[in-house]
Amino acid sequence: MKFKSLILAAALAVAGSFASAEEFKMSVTTSFANSGLAEVLLPEIEKDIGLTVQLLIVGTGQALELGANGDVDAVLVHSKKAEEKWLGEGNGTHRREIMYNDFIIIGPAADPAGAKAATTATDALKAIAAAQAKFVSRGDDSGTHKMELALWKKAEVAAEGEWYAAVGQGMGAALNTAAGMNAYILADRASWLNFANKADLAIAFEGDPALFNQYAYLPVNPAKHAHVKADAAAKLEEWLVSPRAKELIEGYKIDGQQLFVFNATAN
Amino acid sequence: MEKIWEGLTQAAMLIVGFDPDLMEITLLSLRVTITATLIASAIGLPLGAWLVVNRFRFRRVVIAIINALMGLPPVVVGLFVYVLLSRSGPFGVLGLLFTPTAMIIAQVIIITPIIVSISHQAIRELWADYHDLLISLNATRRQRIATLIMDGRRALLTASLAGFGRAIGEVGAIMIVGGNIDHATRVLTTAIALETGKGEFGMALALGFILIGLAIIVNLGVHMLSRTERGSRW
Amino acid sequence: MVTPLLPLKMENVSVRRGGKTILGPITLQLADEGISILLGPNGSGKTTLLKTMHGVERPNTGTLQWNVGAEDARLRQAFVFQSPTILRRSVLDNIAYPLTLRGVKRAEARDRAEAFAARVGLTRVLDQHGMVLSGGEKQKLALARALILEPDLLFLDEPCANLDGRATRDIEEILLAVRAEGTRIVMSTHDLGQARRLGDEIWFLHAGQLRETTPKGQFFSEPQSDTARSYLRGDLLP
Repeated sequence: MKFKSLILAAALAVAGSFASAEEFKMSVTTSFANSGLAEVLLPEIEKDIGLTVQLLIVGTGQALELGANGDVDAVLVHSKKAEEKWLGEGNGTHRREIMYNDFIIIGPAADPAGAKAATTATDALKAIAAAQAKFVSRGDDSGTHKMELALWKKAEVAAEGEWYAAVGQGMGAALNTAAGMNAYILADRASWLNFANKADLAIAFEGDPALFNQYAYLPVNPAKHAHVKADAAAKLEEWLVSPRAKELIEGYKIDGQQLFVFNATAN
Repeated sequence: MEKIWEGLTQAAMLIVGFDPDLMEITLLSLRVTITATLIASAIGLPLGAWLVVNRFRFRRVVIAIINALMGLPPVVVGLFVYVLLSRSGPFGVLGLLFTPTAMIIAQVIIITPIIVSISHQAIRELWADYHDLLISLNATRRQRIATLIMDGRRALLTASLAGFGRAIGEVGAIMIVGGNIDHATRVLTTAIALETGKGEFGMALALGFILIGLAIIVNLGVHMLSRTERGSRW
Repeated sequence: MVTPLLPLKMENVSVRRGGKTILGPITLQLADEGISILLGPNGSGKTTLLKTMHGVERPNTGTLQWNVGAEDARLRQAFVFQSPTILRRSVLDNIAYPLTLRGVKRAEARDRAEAFAARVGLTRVLDQHGMVLSGGEKQKLALARALILEPDLLFLDEPCANLDGRATRDIEEILLAVRAEGTRIVMSTHDLGQARRLGDEIWFLHAGQLRETTPKGQFFSEPQSDTARSYLRGDLLP
């Protein structure tokens, strides 16, 4: 009898230790992590709804893959096409838009391709290609990379040749490469502002609405992976679209610049 | 050059200031790698000795495979462990992915071949010397292995330390299976990768210096301990 | 009453290496008491013969038949190699090692090792590491390590080959004492003086063939084979 109650107590203790620290895993893109916004939001989430969100910082492709395998509870990425395909495969329950930031074209301060004079993003890229100015591409199938490819397509330029270097790495590493080569690169504003190794680079083009970068929150489908924390995912979603989140997201500034625009709509 | 000085001063400041985040990732680095080294040694040292003592048909093939495994890219090991531990994988129910345990498993796979290979080399020489005596004394296979490990322990320590050195500096595999989660699975090497990605070269270098310092301290510590164990040269 | 280990009957035993017969065929019976001295020029197969009798070398042909089972036989004999193998341990642990292999408790093994160390005169260096001993001390260590098993039969392969006179005398004294206790000894040597001092019978080996097994007195006064005669004269044998 005593032995049985001991086992029960032990089982409860083990279960308790799991329950008390509710850990929630979310895969996010490098660009989101590099923005520094996570460091503002996560402690507040923990305070407000008692959820410890653990971030897995990977590329968009890997972020969605982790969700598809059930290794995370939710995904926060910015690549609409890939997200919709992922949802179509039954990996998630739905897609909720949270906020956007924008991409910018970075380049040598001297702007040898004259991208600054362009009026649209596609014109800026055309100028770079025409000048055969060095351009670094993420080349890693990430959201940023996909955005870049879409822009090249719109500009009707074949992005290939000696001037075009696809590095197949994250935003930070790609920016490091661009800084080293003094090349143009497409980056999200947040990563750029937080990037410490700017060297001789500066913003070459910005402001075209085509460069907007929509972040969406996608809970992993509990029908596919029974173990995912669907309740916690719902709770987090509720928080992410709340006025409290709006205040924090829009209040986040680097060098006085606002990085993200909150655009979640109430259900 | 400037960056290196920046890194050194930053490293000094982090250490002097007992930065709590630094303490946390350093301790996790040590915990994961020391555990992995102990497990890999428990597997690798006897296996290295066993391969010396036993003559069987595919011995050369086994040794060749182990030597080849030493060159396995950690990223491949990481992916392999990821596939096994993923919720969609065969061991998914254990929920080990993105935990220090997963990192330990990956490191064990990476360094066991190294420990086997180096210990095999070291023990082979000892075995050449001991062979006739141990046969003459009718030592069983198990006793032979135990004797070789016991008497070759100095050289085997080097094998284990080589494994430790490889594991503590490894990033590709543990990034994938650990996930570099802040306050959960972030270790020195994944933090270095993160800081480098942010362009914070000074911080990355600082962590690098701390990593090297740590490896040196562990090596010196182990050698000092093993020397006090016996006063003589051997 | 324990079944005696001897006689050992060897029949048509030969050892080949690299397609060449380096020993035998040898037919021989080892019995009685005393010390057999194995003489013969370099390369005559002395070491191979000793190792084959002991069982660390496998014969290619022929049989070895002990008076007891083969496994039992292995446990009741010991071998001292020409260049002694020293374990990377203290002198005491070196000598105790064979006992620990046989499951004797460490403390007891060390006690007995101390006694055998005293017997060969190594008490002074008990706690030193085996590898730092002098040549003579190493050979004494190997001898003590062989004797601690209290073997019925002891093989020694040129145990004094590289030793000075003093160490040689120490070892010879120990061997005579061991013989007096009833241990059968078979040893090889290059030293004719040693053969005279220790041997009860002489085995003469040449080109892998056992030319004669003769009582000592007779071997030195009237050797039966031509090769032994020229060997004793100091001729170089082909």
